[in-house]
Order: sequence, then C-alpha cells, then structure tokens
Amino acid sequence: MAIAPQTPAEASIAADHLIRRFGQFKAVNDVSFRVEKGEIFGFLGPNGSGKTTVIKMLTGLLPLSGGSAFVEGLDVRTDSEAIRERIGYMSQNYSLYYDLTVAENLQFYGRIYGLDTARLKRRIDETVEINGLGSYLNRLSAQLSGGWRQRLALSCAMLHEPKLLFLDEPTAGIDPVARRELWDLLFDLSGRGMTFFVTTHYMDEAERCNHVAYIYFGKIIADGTPQALKQLPQIQPHGTKRIGIVTPDATRALRAARTIPAIRSATIYGDSIHALVDENFDVSELTPLLSKHGVNVSEIRPLTPSLEDVFVELSSQHQESLETASA
Amino acid sequence: MRSGFRGFGAVFYKEVLHVRRDFATLFFSLIIPILQMVLLGFGIDTNVRQINTVVYNADNRRQSRELLDRLKNSDTFHIIRYVETDRAMNEAIVSGSARVGIKIPVDYSDRLLHGQSAQVLVLIDGSDSSVSGIAINVTTSIGLDESLRRALPAGAAFAVDMRPQLLFNPDSRSPNFFLPGLTAILLLNVTTFLTAFAIVREKERGTLEQLFVTPVQPYGLLLGKLLPYFAIGFFELCLIVTAMRFVFLIPIHGSVILLALISLPYLFVSLSLGILISSKAGSQGEAMQLAFLTILPSVFFSGYIFPRETMPYIFRALSYLVPASYFINITRGIILRGAGIQDLWTDALALFGMGTFLLFVAARRFRNKVIMA
Repeated sequence: MAIAPQTPAEASIAADHLIRRFGQFKAVNDVSFRVEKGEIFGFLGPNGSGKTTVIKMLTGLLPLSGGSAFVEGLDVRTDSEAIRERIGYMSQNYSLYYDLTVAENLQFYGRIYGLDTARLKRRIDETVEINGLGSYLNRLSAQLSGGWRQRLALSCAMLHEPKLLFLDEPTAGIDPVARRELWDLLFDLSGRGMTFFVTTHYMDEAERCNHVAYIYFGKIIADGTPQALKQLPQIQPHGTKRIGIVTPDATRALRAARTIPAIRSATIYGDSIHALVDENFDVSELTPLLSKHGVNVSEIRPLTPSLEDVFVELSSQHQESLETASA
Repeated sequence: MRSGFRGFGAVFYKEVLHVRRDFATLFFSLIIPILQMVLLGFGIDTNVRQINTVVYNADNRRQSRELLDRLKNSDTFHIIRYVETDRAMNEAIVSGSARVGIKIPVDYSDRLLHGQSAQVLVLIDGSDSSVSGIAINVTTSIGLDESLRRALPAGAAFAVDMRPQLLFNPDSRSPNFFLPGLTAILLLNVTTFLTAFAIVREKERGTLEQLFVTPVQPYGLLLGKLLPYFAIGFFELCLIVTAMRFVFLIPIHGSVILLALISLPYLFVSLSLGILISSKAGSQGEAMQLAFLTILPSVFFSGYIFPRETMPYIFRALSYLVPASYFINITRGIILRGAGIQDLWTDALALFGMGTFLLFVAARRFRNKVIMA
C-alpha cells in the first residue's frame, strides 16, 4: 500500500522504509508514505504509536536507523539545517514564552529564522492580519485564552513563510469554534500552496484532510484519501454489510448483539450500535432476537463506514494478524 | 555570523527580556548573597572568647584568687558560678551550662609557699573541638607562665621569647577570613541556579523542543542563554567585592582587575555546571536538588570553612576536583595577601582548564541528551 518515492524532488515529503530503533524496540518499523505539495496530510494513530518519532525524524531531530526521507526535496540525513528553514512546527503545547508579549514572541521567532528588519515587520503584519491578532500585540501571551494562544503559535510557526507546516495535535484542548476556525484557515493556506502535516485524534478533522495515514505500533496500516479508505475491501469484507441499531439501552444491546453469530463486530455510538453483519442476514430478525434479551430496538438502518470504523477495524485486524503470527 | 552560532543574537535578546520581566528572581538572587554576607560577616566569630566556666576553689586564699584573675583576664574564660563540691562542678558541665570546670585543691597555696608543685584540675567539655582546643592552650600556657615567674629571679628575661605576629589579618577578624571564600560560594550559587533554571524552564514549557526545529544551532542557543547570566554573575561579583571593601571594611591588598579577570573562568565553570544540571533535570524542583548537590562539596571540600590541609588524604584529593578550592585560593590570595598573577597562575590555569573542559562536556551532553532525546 506504500508508494515508493521515485521522484522525491516533487513531493513535499517522501519517506521510504523509515526505521527508528530505541535499543531492541522498533518505534518506527518500515514506514513509507508520500505527501504531495499543497496537501493537508492527516497523520493519525493511538498515543505512543510512533507519530512524534516520525515527526522528529522528518525534522532532523532524530537520526534514522534505516530507510530514507526527503522533505521539500532535501535529504533529512544530510540537509537538516536547510530543511528547518523551509518548515514550520507547532506543537500541541504551543511553545510560547508566556512572560513575553504577543509581539515579542513573534519578533523572537522571526529573528531566529534570520528575517531582516523589513521582512520581519512585513511578515508580522501579514500573519497578525491572517490570524486576527491585531488587538493583542502588547498583551502577555500568558493572558491569552487557548484559542488565541494557538493562533499566536501558528503565526510564529509561519512567519518565515515555510513551504511545509507540521501541526502536532494543534486542536487538543481548544473549543469547537476555535477548532473550526483553524481548519478554515488551514484550507485557505493550503489553497495558496502550503503543505500541512497534521496529527490529530479528532475524526471530524481527519475527514477534512486530503490524505490520511494511520500508524499503529510503528507500522502504517492505512494510507489514502478518506473516501478511498472507507471503500477498502478489508473494511467491508466480502459478504458483509454495516448496520446501525438505534436503541434506548445501547450497553445492554451491545452485550446481546455479541451473542448473535451473524454479527461479526459491534461498537457503541451514542444511542446506537454500529455492527458488521453477514450480508445475507435478514435484519428484520434482529428485533425479536434482541428483545429476547430485553432490548427494545427503535430503528435499524444501513450504514457506510466512518473513518473511525476504518481505523478501529484495521487496528483490530492488524492486532489479530500479529497474535496469530506470534502464536 | 558563523553558522555554528546561528540564532545567538535572537536568543540573547529574548533572555534579557525574560530577566527584565522576572525582576523578582533577579532581585532575590542578588540580594540573598548580600544577606548571607551580612550574616556571616557580622554574625560569626571564630575567635573563641568568654567560655562559660565553673570554678571550685577549695583553697580560696590569695594565691588561688590570683590564678583565677589571670584566667579571667585572658578574655578566654567567663566564670559563671563558684561551687563547693566536685559533684556540682561535674553537673554544671554535664548540663551544658559550663564548658570548663576549674578545681583548685585545698593545699594549692600551701604547696606553692613551700616551693612544691601544685596541681590544678581543668575539666574541659570536648564536644566542641575549637572551644576545647583554645581552653587547653590557654590554661597550659597560663600554668607555664605562672611556673616560670616563680622559678626565675624577679626581672629576668625568658631564655626563649616567642613573638608571633599575624600577617594580613592582624586583628584576626573572622570576616576577613570568611568573606573572600564566601565570594566563591555565592557566585556558584547564583550563576549555577540561574542558568539551570533558565534552561529547565524552557524544557518544562516545551519551547526548547520548538527551538530545536528552527535553524538555531546548539552553540548559538547555549551562548545566547548563558551570556546574560554570565553578566549577572559578574555584576554580583562586583557587588560582593564592593560590599566587602566598604561595608565589612576588609582591605583589598591585591589588584581588583586581576580578581575580575580570574573570576571569568570561574564563572564559566559555574555556568557549565548549570547546563549539566539542566541536561539531567526534567523539572525545576529536580534542578534545585541537583544544584544543592553540586554546592555541597564546594562548601565543605574547598577550604571555605575547614582547612584543606587537615583533611584525610581522600578528601584532600577530592578537593582538587572542586573548582571553588582554586577560586578561594585566588580570592584570599588577592584580597588578603596582595598576591599577584605570578603567585596564583597555577590556580588560574586550573580554573581555566576546568571551565573550558566543563563547557565542552556540558555542550556535548546538552546536544546528545536534550536535543537528540
């Protein structure tokens, strides 16, 4: 499923068989993917699955134990300093100096990238305009709310006009309105040619990406557009279909559903159960079957898989294959 | 700007902003050393005087009272009580109300008058070695002196007349001994703590991680962060030396310029210790504990309080590894004895070597443990 980077110069990121070992442990195990210029690339996976390690390798902070990677056409093994000039990075804790004002934070990051006075001033004006920070310039960044801190961090990360911006869980802990506004901004910027590498745990954000990859314990187990991933044959295995069961007692319904042989897997979503069932299973039999367990069903409808279904399904399949391999 | 030092200017400017904004920390780091100087300079006197003494005078005639007067006039003993039994004298020492007990036997005057040897019992509480040492010395020399005066014909001179003369500190004032050494400890305190905190704070905040994905180079980052604290350390030194000269009235016999110059490698040593601490510590609390750990040997093995010459071999060898040992030699040399570079160059060279070595080790460790972590 990985695409080998034949022409690394054209892609924003071309990672090829990346490996990172910590002692005996392979934190990143043969990871390959490719991010085209102007894409919003969503990099997903559970905590501790290797997301941050991959980012550190791509930004030149961690040497590769194997494989190769090109960022903006530059080799991470030899050109990390040149790469750092072309990329921006915003971490989930925003990395701001809280005892400095908004303007001082911007000036500091601008100078770090070696912007001269004229360009610094122009870029500060531009990013402040884009992010609407104008009325906060002389405020200490400690006094900003989460959403504004995130805008300031984003401004700091894009002052030097990077071609590629890494956003490590940019929306963790901020309110839904600020989240929505950030994504609108990302689409705007990507329309102007910027590339984004975004990690997130929010599935609605993943759905908005042009391209997502899912890393699970050091291996990429899904890579493609959200639409393509939902149509993967292993998500909807041959001879199965996906249904939603709406019920007032979802917890009991789940326990009951798992006793029915025709139901291959089931998960709770609010007041309903999403289940994968045999294709020739007549769903109208389900209501009497469940009522035997004291569960009332208000509605049963066909479902298309969500991205979350995709990742949950692929993770469990991968886990099973690991377990059978070791058994 | 050389590429290895890239980002130096920006980091330096930012660090100055931090210091200016966090004025309280700066103020306390400058004022606490001055407070310590006041405490040690005015509060501590190593010259033992007026030791509490209990006397059991069983004789109580003129000769015995003369002896007691001589003991009193030595300024070493302060007679708090006269008792009438051995037991009462013992109890006064056990209870701690007196450190010395002097018993003059009932036949003291008689024996002296008959030209016989008279014994005086001196009981000394040995739990404080500096007090007991002085008590032994003063009582034995008064005894000797008294015997000689009786043995020699009136007006005769002593055959051997020792005339000790104290150089450099003629009044043997304690501040003159303590404060030059304290300078070394205080500088270490301020600069090590400030640098360690400045770096660990960025670690905690996550800003350090951010800086590593910018084109800032390790040496640019380190130097930019260190130089402001280097300047603070130097300012602190000037403050301490000024206070020493004009508040504690310690004459500075040597060259102040030389002192300032030699203190530079010492500052490098303490800044490097700060970096080393920050490369190990993950939080400011941890940094604080590690900093105290580095300061302990500087207090105890450097000759600041206890002379290095009397240490057991192992600790003496250890004292050569403590940078403060050299700097204390230098400050006492320059300030008290008026020594010049020709006398102190070995110490200066040792400091310079240690400073350079530690800075490189610290920078390397910082690179490997912090940046590549």
